[in-house]
This record gives sequence, C-alpha cells and structure tokens, in this order.
Amino acid sequence: MKAIRKIIDNVKPTFSKGGKLSFLHSSFDAFETFLFVPDTVTRKGAHIRDSIDLKRTMTMVIIALMPALLFGMWNTGYQHNLSVGADLEFWPTFFYGFFKVLPIVIVSYAVGLGIEFAAAQIRGHEVNEGYLVTGMLIPLIMPVDLPLWMLALSVAFAVIIGKEVFGGTGMNIWNPALLARAFAFFAYPSFMSGDKVWIAGLSKGEGVIDGFSGATPLANAQAGLDIPSFSDMFIGIIPGSIGETSTLAILIGAALLLFTGIASWKIMFSVFAGGLLTGLLLNALAPEGSYMAVPAWNHLVMGGFAFGAVFMATDPVTGSQTERGKWYYGALIGVMAVIIRVFNPGYPEGMMLSILLLNTFAPLIDYIVVQGGIKRRLERAVIK
Amino acid sequence: MYKKIFIEPLFKNNPVSVLVLGICSALAVTVKLEPALVMALSVTIVMGFSNAIISSLRNTIPNRIRIIVQLVVVAMLVILVDQVLKAFAYEVSKQLSVFVGLIITNCIIMGRIEAFALANKPLPSLIDGIANGLGYGIILVAVAFFRELFGSGSLMGYQLIPASWYLKNGGFYENNGLFILPPMALILVGVFIWVQRSIQKELIEK
Repeated sequence: MKAIRKIIDNVKPTFSKGGKLSFLHSSFDAFETFLFVPDTVTRKGAHIRDSIDLKRTMTMVIIALMPALLFGMWNTGYQHNLSVGADLEFWPTFFYGFFKVLPIVIVSYAVGLGIEFAAAQIRGHEVNEGYLVTGMLIPLIMPVDLPLWMLALSVAFAVIIGKEVFGGTGMNIWNPALLARAFAFFAYPSFMSGDKVWIAGLSKGEGVIDGFSGATPLANAQAGLDIPSFSDMFIGIIPGSIGETSTLAILIGAALLLFTGIASWKIMFSVFAGGLLTGLLLNALAPEGSYMAVPAWNHLVMGGFAFGAVFMATDPVTGSQTERGKWYYGALIGVMAVIIRVFNPGYPEGMMLSILLLNTFAPLIDYIVVQGGIKRRLERAVIK
Repeated sequence: MYKKIFIEPLFKNNPVSVLVLGICSALAVTVKLEPALVMALSVTIVMGFSNAIISSLRNTIPNRIRIIVQLVVVAMLVILVDQVLKAFAYEVSKQLSVFVGLIITNCIIMGRIEAFALANKPLPSLIDGIANGLGYGIILVAVAFFRELFGSGSLMGYQLIPASWYLKNGGFYENNGLFILPPMALILVGVFIWVQRSIQKELIEK
C-alpha cells in the first residue's frame, strides 16, 4: 500500500491546480479516494464523527446486493437449461448465467461511470460514488435478454436526464436505476415485457422444448392461469428480471442493510405492510377466480415487489426524509404497486411505476408532515 | 431596427425556449415532421397577421374589451387557415385535427399581441409576429425531427433507417417507443433549453 501511496503523491502535483493535467483533477481525485481514505477534514460547522461516509454506505449496499446477484446468475442458467431441456448441474448452470449477466453488469458500469466522470470533469467537482449502487441495481432489474445497446441507452438516459441535470448524486428526484428501467420499458416494450424476454435465448427460440412457457408468475396471474407455489416464488426459481426473483436472497441483503442501519426499516416494513393489506382487502372483495382473488401474500414474492421494497424504496435520496413521512411513503408504495398490478392490464408489474410515483410525491409528504408538526406545536404554544 | 425585431425571437429570445410559451402544442403535433412543419407555418401566418391587424386597430380598441377584440381577430385567422388546410392539405389537416383550431389558445399569439402589437406600429408588429412564429417553428421542427427519426425511423414519411437494420429482419435496431409518447417532447424541449442556457449564460438566474 505504501508504494501506491508514494506513486500517488508523486503524480499529485501534475493533477492539482496549475499542474499539467489539472483538467483531469476530478478523475484523479476519484481514484485517490477510492484507494485511500481522504485526510481532509471539515473546517467549520457541524461535525458528525462517524466512520460511515458515502463510499462506505454504497459499498455496504453493493455487498447486500450480492446474494441477489449470485442467485440471479444461477437462476438465469437454471431457467435457460430448463427451457432447452439441458442438464441442471450446479456449476455449469451457474457459469452459463454468470457469462450472460457479466456483460450486462460491465455495460451498465462502463456507460454510467463514463458519463459520471465526464460530468464531474466538465463541472470540476468530485466524482460521486452514487453510481456504484445504481450500476449494480440496473442489471438486476433488467430482463436478461435485453440487447446491450438498449441497456446502454437506458443507462445514459437515467444518468444524464435523471441525475446530472438535477445536479448529480443526492439531487435527483427519481431513483436513477428505476428511471433506466422505465426508459427501457416505454422505449422498447417488446423487450421488457411478455413471455419471451425473461429467459436467456428464449426470444430466439433455438432448441426450446415443446410447450415451454417463459411467462412470469405476474403474467400468469394476470391471465388467470396457475401461478407457481409460494415456496418456489419465495426461493426464486421463477422467470423474471435477473436479480428480483428470489425473495430469500433479497431478504438476506435486507437483513444486512437493516443491521448496519443503512436502509430505513420503517420504509421496508410499511411497503410490505401496505402491499399485504391492500392484497387482503382485494381478496375480501374479490369475485371468484379473478385476479383480485390471488392470495395477498403471493403479491409480496411475485415480480419485483421485494426487490423494490428493500433496495429501491429505501433509497435515501428519493424517499421521504421525515420519520413520520417514511410510514406514509412506504405504505403508499405497497398500496399503489398492488393496485397497478391488479387493475391495470397494461402494466403487469406495478412496483416500478409505484416507486417512481411516490418518489415524485416524497417531497410533498415531507412538506405535509413538517407543516403538521409546526401547526401542532403552534397550537400547543398559544398563550391565553 | 427591423432586423433586430426579426432576429431576436429566432434564438436569443425564442418564445418556446426562453419565454416558455406554446409548450402545449409542441407536445401534441411533433410526433411526425410533416404536421409540425404545417403547424409552424400556420402559427406563423396567424401570428403575423393578427399582430399586424391588432396593431393597426390599437388606437381604436377600448382597453377594457381588448381581449375580446384580439380573440375575434385571431379566431377569424385560425378559421381561415383551417379552411385552407382542409381544402389543399386534407391529410395533414386530418392529422392535426383539433390542434389547428387550438392555435387560438396558443399562448405565444396572445403574448405577442399584448406585449408587442398593442404598443407598436403595424409593420414592426407584422415582423415581430412572423419572427416569433418562426422561432416557435424552429423548436417545433427540431423536436419533430428527433421524434420522427428515433421514434419511427423516418423523416417526412420516408424511411431513413434501412429496413434490414431492424431486429425482425435479422438486424439489431429497434425504434424507440418513448419518442412517440408526449413526455419525450417535453424532455427534448428541456434539453434544448439546457443547450441554449449553456450558450447564453446571461439567461441563467442568479
């Protein structure tokens, strides 16, 4: 490590103000702080003495995403082998998925980080770590068969229009990863929904065994067909976006996020509660055999509900900031997600749209909560 | 001076990207290039003549009923344009449907009448109206250009992106469905404003 420090100290003047390559200052700074903890300290104002900073938070979320990613790789291979009737041995299956998912991750990071570095360079500020998590989230919420250039375009759109125009990390209104998915969803609907896109190679149809359907449980539920058993959907051996299928793997990540205190348990809990209660209400009102009658707990493990609740809704930038607001924010996400799923035949999955909608309303929720607090205290403070 | 009146609305003081007027029709008629061109032309004509007419009447219109008089003049011109389109460009007029009639509600027209024609002589007013119409048209055509090119792969109805590129023909390309949807027009206008503000620094608010 000392040797690296020395090299960095040697080249530092070149990149500092007045140096030959000073225009690359932001990129240099990003690499330096990536390798070493910066020794600059805040000079004035309030201090929080804590080892947690943006970089460490992001790293923790990446670690929490690992179970979902690894399971997603295996499931990609498993679903593919199932569709062509091949062997289901563990390692070949995993490596098939690994080599399918890896390019998606690489493209997501290359495009996103490229734009982040360029933007920081142009504006002359530091490169933020925000994209580290977004870049990992995006592959996990995309179907595995999405062409890579479409992915690249979605990432570019999300980073430029969703984040950089608002001022970069921490200033965005919507979750950038979901914005990338929304872009792909509306721009290339035939690659983002349907029965063929969720399993590697199925859309080309080579060697697929007869009668195999790649439909997701959500699509089946919408069409009134049988859905897989609860345990299958909980473990995640179902078709779906790469990282969203396994509620189990997601809950392992959730446990880590909650243990380290990075994600808000209030949001997570209230999303699940909102979804479950709406599902139960619909169950109670449902006519026999309709979509409304799908047992409420199934909604929590189908599609991207769990993934959205754990990794997307809890985004500290786009979610509600006030403690009471978090309850409303989370619960409304759950409610909206189930309502969109059940009542809107155009969109089989409601989680993406419901989180984006509540992202939009999060500042309003905060405003109402804060105003409510002010009003309550004013009433208490009246001098008679 | 006439030159300044004519040049400024084209870019520096563009009604859409600087004054942010007339956004509504920029969303509605820019899916394809051809209707956007016709729309830009119609608005230019209506705006030029309504400005000139109101300007020549400006000393006789009682101030309290001026909006009604303005509306009557604009409405007459819009109906004329609508009838001409129906007679000579029926297909486009069908595509534009209700939006030709809605030119009357185009904020730029009322805005220019109120802000310019009521205080200036007919000739400068005519130039101002035409220039603002053209400034509006530039943005409209630019938005429509990108929306038709990326959303439908064509321009003015001619297929530009080779058919063999498309995935269904064994290629790799696919049209971007988001460009067909209205939100993309708003995003494109936003991007234009972004570009303009990075060129014209004095527009950036403190």
